Amino acid sequence: MSMPMFSLTECFILSQKSFPRLFEVLQAKGYQVIGPTVRDGAVVYEQLSSVDELPCGWQDDQGGGTYRLKRRADNALFGYGVGPHSWKKLLHLPAYCLWSAQTENGKLQIAPGDGPAPKLAFLGVRSCELHALAIQDKVFLRGKYVDPAYRQRRENALIVAVNCAQPSGTCFCVSMNTGPKASFSFDLALTEVIESGQHFFLVETGSPQGAELLGQITEQKATQKDKDAAARVVANAAAHMGRTMESAGIKDLLYRNYDHPRWEDVAARCLSCANCTMVCPTCFCTTVEDATDLAGKQASRWRKWDSCFTMDFSFIHGSSVRASTKSRYRQWMTHKLATWFDQFGTSGCVGCGRCISWCPVGIDITEEARVIRQNDGITLTKEQVHENQKP
Amino acid sequence: MAPDPFYVRRLKPETDDTFTLALQPADGPSKFNFEPGQFNMVYVFGVGEIPISISGDPGDSKLLFHTTREVGLVTRAMRQLKPNDLVGLRGPFGTFWPVEDAEGKDVVIVAGGIGLAPLRPALYRILSRRDRYGRVVLLYGTRTPADILYRHELEQWRSRFDLEVYATVDRAMSGWRGNVGVVTTLIPRAPFDPRNTVAYVCGPEVMMRFTTQELQKRGVNKDAIFISMERNMKCAVGFCGRCQFGPTFVCKDGPVFRFDKVEDWLMKWEI
Repeated sequence: MSMPMFSLTECFILSQKSFPRLFEVLQAKGYQVIGPTVRDGAVVYEQLSSVDELPCGWQDDQGGGTYRLKRRADNALFGYGVGPHSWKKLLHLPAYCLWSAQTENGKLQIAPGDGPAPKLAFLGVRSCELHALAIQDKVFLRGKYVDPAYRQRRENALIVAVNCAQPSGTCFCVSMNTGPKASFSFDLALTEVIESGQHFFLVETGSPQGAELLGQITEQKATQKDKDAAARVVANAAAHMGRTMESAGIKDLLYRNYDHPRWEDVAARCLSCANCTMVCPTCFCTTVEDATDLAGKQASRWRKWDSCFTMDFSFIHGSSVRASTKSRYRQWMTHKLATWFDQFGTSGCVGCGRCISWCPVGIDITEEARVIRQNDGITLTKEQVHENQKP
Repeated sequence: MAPDPFYVRRLKPETDDTFTLALQPADGPSKFNFEPGQFNMVYVFGVGEIPISISGDPGDSKLLFHTTREVGLVTRAMRQLKPNDLVGLRGPFGTFWPVEDAEGKDVVIVAGGIGLAPLRPALYRILSRRDRYGRVVLLYGTRTPADILYRHELEQWRSRFDLEVYATVDRAMSGWRGNVGVVTTLIPRAPFDPRNTVAYVCGPEVMMRFTTQELQKRGVNKDAIFISMERNMKCAVGFCGRCQFGPTFVCKDGPVFRFDKVEDWLMKWEI
């Protein structure tokens, strides 16, 4: 594997000691810093007031249906793999008031429900997550229609990426060409280097805004030796992927295997719980709920995250189009890895592995794809279908 | 994403479980332009918002008609609306029947049940420029004679010399002297030239599967057949993800699709 290149423009060094300066500068600029912290036994993204809240010295064990935090031997601030949260919760809100309406004297008045978008600085965005943001950008900003709420929040967000040093057991960004090195769409990108008694951050700038910020934090230029050390961190991460997935030709593979027996097999394990869609950084589906006051004069319409795993999702006049778990799992996985290409010109999967870790029964998208590929084109015989339908 | 207020002008029961809502903009421009086959999102205050295809005449933009079946929470509330009540409306959305492209050809319209509603604007448009088309045939199937939509209008159309209307029912009742059988049984003997025909089909998915097959058996090309799909829909602008039908979003890539573009998906189940 080739070593990751660090930008030809200048890189800077931020020592561990002066890292809090990053917080101060962001806060002075009016940003709320959102970053990783430990809560309820997991690394989640919350509003942070100081560096002390970062998951210093924590890492995780992840596998199919497993997520456990454990202590690290060092004091890495970003030495963990991605947890259950993703940045979509701050751009494509889990619950959002689209508009509210009121009736007064026979008049119907409808007003937009959203307030001004906050200025958020995302600290600790992984490369796979930058790709996920770019994918949701395509959904909400690059189509025939633009979602104004998403646009406002996205335009206001400042992105401080942190290159992955410690992939989890369910990561496969290398297979999906989405990491581990942040390569685009950031204002600043950090690599945390801990070696030979040193602990520092190599910083690259990705935008004029990032460069201006960095100018207030450090002026220490990186040496070639620093860059090499950072490159080793990323190369080491790339070499420790927990999972792999052969992504070449996967769209056509799934398109020609709609009747593959593996869908029945996975349906027997899948609980239709929707966890995978909630933790997925690209899943964007929503429902709406209408709320009224007791007098019946005020109503508001809320958009909320939803999942293709619910029966309600495909319900039309009296029944669900996708009544079986098999069809719902097939819809989800085929959307991620196949139809997404036709819809948005990109994969819907970034290889972050969340859906594997947070599946209560440990269903593994890489494994399902592998089995279908190994048995490409097989379908059940009539006898087997009959056998499957026996109680 | 916020709807505009519209006045309810009339609410006309069509059959036992269907009705037509006539709407007019409460403010803003008094006209509402749309193409045949498009739909609107109609909001009933405090209850919810649903997609309904526009069933009126695109040439008469003063009143906006929507025909729907009373089947869920919103449509039940909708049926209780009275003249001068207000509803919210967003639209029009989606693709449309390409009636201009069918000029010079025979047009066969195949409808099942309430599937006639989104096809009616296409018929209005074609009849307003009748001389530009060859034969125009409407094949209409419903469950029973009591489920026939726009009955009075169909009878009027049937008396025209330049339009052929054939109806059939799945189950007849006493007094019905017409055809009995599914709508596909009308296709083999319908008067049109399959090599120079455009077909518009709307009805339940299973009806469209068989109708498109039967049309092909008569010799109609796949790329001359258009269907209108339906899916659960919350936003109509491609964000809620619910109306996905294979790689398409019914709200913005449809509801009207050229058959050959979606054939593979239509012929599968639970898509």
